[in-house]
This record gives sequence, structure tokens and C-alpha cells, in this order.
Amino acid sequence: MSALFANPAYAILAIPAASAVLLALLPGYRLTARLNVLASFLTLLSALSLFVVERAPPGPYLLIDDLNIVFVVLNTFVGFTAASFSASYINHELETGRLTPTYLRFYHGMYQLMMFGMNLALLSNNIGLMWVAIEVATLTTVLMVGIYRTHAALEAAWKYFILGSVGIALALFGTILVYLAAQPVLGEGAESMIWTSLIARAGEFDPAILNLAFVFLLLGYGTKVGLAPLHAWLPDAHAEGPTPISAVLSGLLLNVALYAVLRFKMLIATHPEALAPGPLMVSMGLLSVIFAAFMLYRRRDIKRLFAYSSIEHMGIIVFAFGMGGPLANFAGLLHMVMHSLTKSAIFYSVGHVAQIKGTQQIDGIKGLTQSHPVLGWGLALGVLAIAGMPPFGVFMSEFLVVTSTFARAPVLALLLVFGLLVAFGALLMRLSGFIFGAPTGKVGPAEASFVPLYAHLALVLAAGIYLPGPVVAWFQAVAVLLG
Amino acid sequence: MDRMVFDIAHLLAGGLVLVSFMMIYQERLGALIRVFAMHAVVLSLSVSWQAWTQDAPHLYVTAAIALVFKAVVIPGALLRIIRRMGIHREVETVVGSGLTMLAGMGLVAMSIVLMLRLTETVDAFAREDLAFALSVVLLGLLMMVTRRNAVSQVVGFMSMENGLILAATGAKGMPLVVEISVAFSVLIAFIVIGVFLFRIRERFDTIDLGALEEYRGENQ
Repeated sequence: MSALFANPAYAILAIPAASAVLLALLPGYRLTARLNVLASFLTLLSALSLFVVERAPPGPYLLIDDLNIVFVVLNTFVGFTAASFSASYINHELETGRLTPTYLRFYHGMYQLMMFGMNLALLSNNIGLMWVAIEVATLTTVLMVGIYRTHAALEAAWKYFILGSVGIALALFGTILVYLAAQPVLGEGAESMIWTSLIARAGEFDPAILNLAFVFLLLGYGTKVGLAPLHAWLPDAHAEGPTPISAVLSGLLLNVALYAVLRFKMLIATHPEALAPGPLMVSMGLLSVIFAAFMLYRRRDIKRLFAYSSIEHMGIIVFAFGMGGPLANFAGLLHMVMHSLTKSAIFYSVGHVAQIKGTQQIDGIKGLTQSHPVLGWGLALGVLAIAGMPPFGVFMSEFLVVTSTFARAPVLALLLVFGLLVAFGALLMRLSGFIFGAPTGKVGPAEASFVPLYAHLALVLAAGIYLPGPVVAWFQAVAVLLG
Repeated sequence: MDRMVFDIAHLLAGGLVLVSFMMIYQERLGALIRVFAMHAVVLSLSVSWQAWTQDAPHLYVTAAIALVFKAVVIPGALLRIIRRMGIHREVETVVGSGLTMLAGMGLVAMSIVLMLRLTETVDAFAREDLAFALSVVLLGLLMMVTRRNAVSQVVGFMSMENGLILAATGAKGMPLVVEISVAFSVLIAFIVIGVFLFRIRERFDTIDLGALEEYRGENQ
């Protein structure tokens, strides 16, 4: 027990794992929904205690460093707010009969299992363990996406499952190749899979195998990041699953896959003769931004619209990390945090909107600010933020990405700005539809909790206006670590 | 003796590639599943051989899992499912089998050229093993792409996993954690798949994915 408190990492893993079992066993959805929030809150507290408690040295399985603290804290925070949103969301789903109490039990168990998988992936020091954890997170989200069991939900889940497994299979092949590259230097056995030993000796590995491994890993985990042209699963999975899961998918799971890519990028970047990972990531990122920006125009389904926007933003983030250097990495990191917060806020409001209106079609949800001012303005602010309007944090991070690129590669920066403008136009065009005009569709009362939505928006706004010194220093340290 | 050890490993891994090719041209679902069982048997033999030559007894566990689950239990269950649905005679391919075979040959050639050229420092054992493993993975991928039926996509996926296990066991001394997890993931994957198949069956009386492709909220 004392070990649990000595190293918060154990608590971060043990709480979701234990509550997954507990929630799956307990009957009564009201109780389990509250317990789900409580468990997520406790996990968040343990994650925050990482700042205070002295860090344990990296072990054979777990690792805590500056980089993964950013991801873990973000992960548990959004996990907590999404759980609170989910508690108010599911009542309506029960009333309309889209979910039964049995399915809800399953849903809550899966939610915690997914949090466990993601936290484990972020904390693992063993590249094999990391792979297993990401696979666990993928499989649980597949089940969650298909939970409504409608025609479209099953198709989306199947597509996600097939593409996700292909991605995960390629990633495993890449992991095996990394082991093979490390084996002559670090010897046979577990040592050659421990990330901290790998990074210490990566300079001595065979560069050819490392190159090949990185290509497989980028394609494999890149599928899960949702990079074009491997993104096909993402819009369907976002549109057809329960909205809390869309929020978690966009806000967290994509980040976890990105984290895996970054770890291996750091590994290959330390080798002087290996191929530079930057150009590959930059081109995939840029392709995603431009492709997704154009795809935004033809969307008629609101969740699909924001799913494509996630592809665009993951593209920006991967682009920034691909450019590398302290400034671009800083911008990428900041953008990742801002995107997670904003996009999950948007999904929180979209979830309630879709419940009130009974449809996800954009045509059916006009004039929101008149019929439901609090919700409507929340969504409007979220869309403005994600489109990159000042003074929100997303504007600042996008600005940083663009300016840091202009100094080094003006052509790339122009392409990026082009993509951003196209996406901006598409989102504003849609936004005027949501806000203005006569209300369409049903005008029922909103039984919603607005706290998670506005809490996220307030954070994004605050970050856009003033970023506290310690946060800047912390992100700068991580940016240097990323190389 | 060394030469012999090498040749047998080579033979078994090559056999796996050959069985992968056999799966590509199977026209009927029942036959496809039986060939997959054979695939798993060859994999199990190959893994056992690796276990013996590397003196790594834990690999026998992997071999046993391949033999019991992938060669007996899963094919048995899949055969039952397709009989119950009355679809054990049909397989629709998107692309003709001749064209798929040609594409498959291209993939195998590519993976062999790629692996042998890039991995010159690795010992010959692991090198050739890896080249074959990549071929099996790519052939599995090819099958998933060219088939429309959910069951044959599942079979394609499992043959891909077989390729990964071949690669993992060929890498000398790779920790046990990973092998078990690989086998485990196949199991989990199968449960997931099973659930999906039953759900799909319950709702639509078909497992043809073509029938699932409908209006998705756009292009109208």
C-alpha cells in the first residue's frame, strides 16, 4: 500500500484497473456513473501528485519523465471532465432507449479500462508493453464505438477495428525491428526493449534497421493518430459512437498514439546516420492539414465535421514536431494541449445538442443561440477557438507553429497557412448556420451540465491571454527533450 | 548440422508464405478456414523449431497456443458460424484471384529485397525469417483488402498476426512478455470479432460488408 503512495504511477494505473472491474460488476447506472466520475477524479489527483512527489527512477516497465507528465496530466484531466459529461449524457440515452442498463454497466467498465490502457501506454518504459497498452485502448474503443449497435455504428466499429488492427500490426513489426537493431548492442532479453536503455545507446544501433523500423512505426501508430492517408476510420468512429467517447477519442487517444510516434522519433533522432524523421512527419502532417481542410466543406453531420477538424489539428501537431527544434516543439506541444481541451469541449456541447435535437445533421440544428443560449454560445465559442480565432489558446499555438516555420522553410509555412485558412473558412461557414437564423428541429429543454464545457473553454481562453511562467518553463524543458 | 538447422527453419518459414498464397486463391469460405488452420500448424512447427534451436523453452508455449487456438479452436468456431449462417460455400473477391496472386508475388519480392538489403548486420537466421515474416504480413494485408466478407477479413487478419509471431520468434531472445501478449491479443481480437459477427448476424442476417455500406450522413 505504501508503494502505491510512494510512486503515483502505480495509483494512476491501479485506480482505473480496479474501477474497471468494480464498475462492470456493480448494478445501478446512477451509482456507477458517479463512481466513474469519482475514479477519474482520483486518477487525476494521482497524476497531479506527480508534480509534488519525488520521481521514482525509471524501472524495467514504468518511466516518468518531463515528456510523459504532460500527456498523463492532460489525459487524466480530460478523462475526468469527459466522465462528468458522460454522467449527464447517459440519462438521456437511457430514456430514449438507445442504451440499456446492462450496456451502461459494460460502458462504464470499458471507459475505465480504456483510461487504464492509455495511462499505461503513456507511462510504460518498455516498447513491448507500450504496444500492448495501445492495443488494449484500441480494442476497448472499438467496442465503445459499436455500442449503439445501429447499422452505421457497426460499420464504423468494424472499419475502425480493421484499420486499427492493421496499424497496430505494422507498429508491432516496427517494434520487433527496433529490438533487432538493439539486440547486438544491448544483448538479448528484456534490456533491448527498455526505452531508457535504448535511447542511451541508440547511436550504436544499425541505422538501416532503425530507418525501416521507424517507417513501420510511423505508419502503424500514424494510423491511430489519424494522419492522412490512413485516417479513413476516424470520421466514422467519431460520428457513430457515444459522444463522450468521441471526445475521448479526439482529445486523448490520438495523443497517445502521437506520444508513441514521438518516443520513437526521439530514438531515431539520436542516431547521426539514420534518416531524419522530420521530413516524413512534416509531409504527412501537411497532407493531413490540407486534405482535412477541404473535406470540412462537404460535411452534413456535425460530429463528422469535427472529426475532420481533428485530423487537421493532428496534422498541424505532427507538422510542428516534424519541424523540430525548441520553438516548433514548444508550439506543437501547446497546440496538442489546446486542441485536446477545445475539441473535447466542442464534443461536450455537440453531445447535448444532438440529444436535444434528436439529430446529428447540421441542417437540423440551426439557430441554437436563440433556442438554447448557454449551449449555443458554448458551441460557438468552441468553434471560434478551434478555428484559430484570437484570443483563444489555439490561435497562439497556431501562430507559433507558423512563425517558427516561416523562419526556416517559408514554402512549407505558406502551404500550412493555406490549409489553415481553408479550414477556417469552412468552420466559420458552418458556424453561421449553427448560431443565426430561425431555430430548426426540436426545441426541447436542455438537461445538461455545462461545467465541463465552460471549464475547458475558460482554460483555453486563459492560455491564449496569459500563459503562466512555470507552465512555459515546463513546456520549454519538454521541447528541448524532444530535440 | 548448422546448415541443416538453418535449412529447416528456412523451409518452415517459406512454407508459411506458401500457405499464405494458398489462402489467396481459396474461393469458398470453408476451404479458406481449413487452409488457415494449416497456416497455424505450419507456424506452430516453425516456432517449435525456433524454440529448439534457440534453446528457448518458453517459445514452446507460443507454439502450443498457435496449435491449440489457431489451428483447432478458432477454425472450428468459425466453421460452425458459417455453417449456421449457411454461407460456407461462398466467397466474393473484389479482385480476381489471378490478379491478387500477381500482386502477392510482387509484395513477397519487395519484402525480400527490402529486408535482405537493409538488415545486413543481423545474423542470417533472423534476417531470412524476417523477410518471410514480412511477406506473410503483407499477404495477410492483401487478403484483407481484396475480400469483402467479414469472415475472410478476419482470416486475413489472423494470418497477418501469424506473420508477426514468426517475426517475434525469429528475433532471438525477445522477451516472453511480448510473445504471450501477441498470442493474447489474437485471443482478444477473436472475442471482439466473435461479438461483432454475432451482432452483425443478429441485425442484418448477413455478414457481407458490402451490405453494410450505406448512407453515412453525407454525399446526399
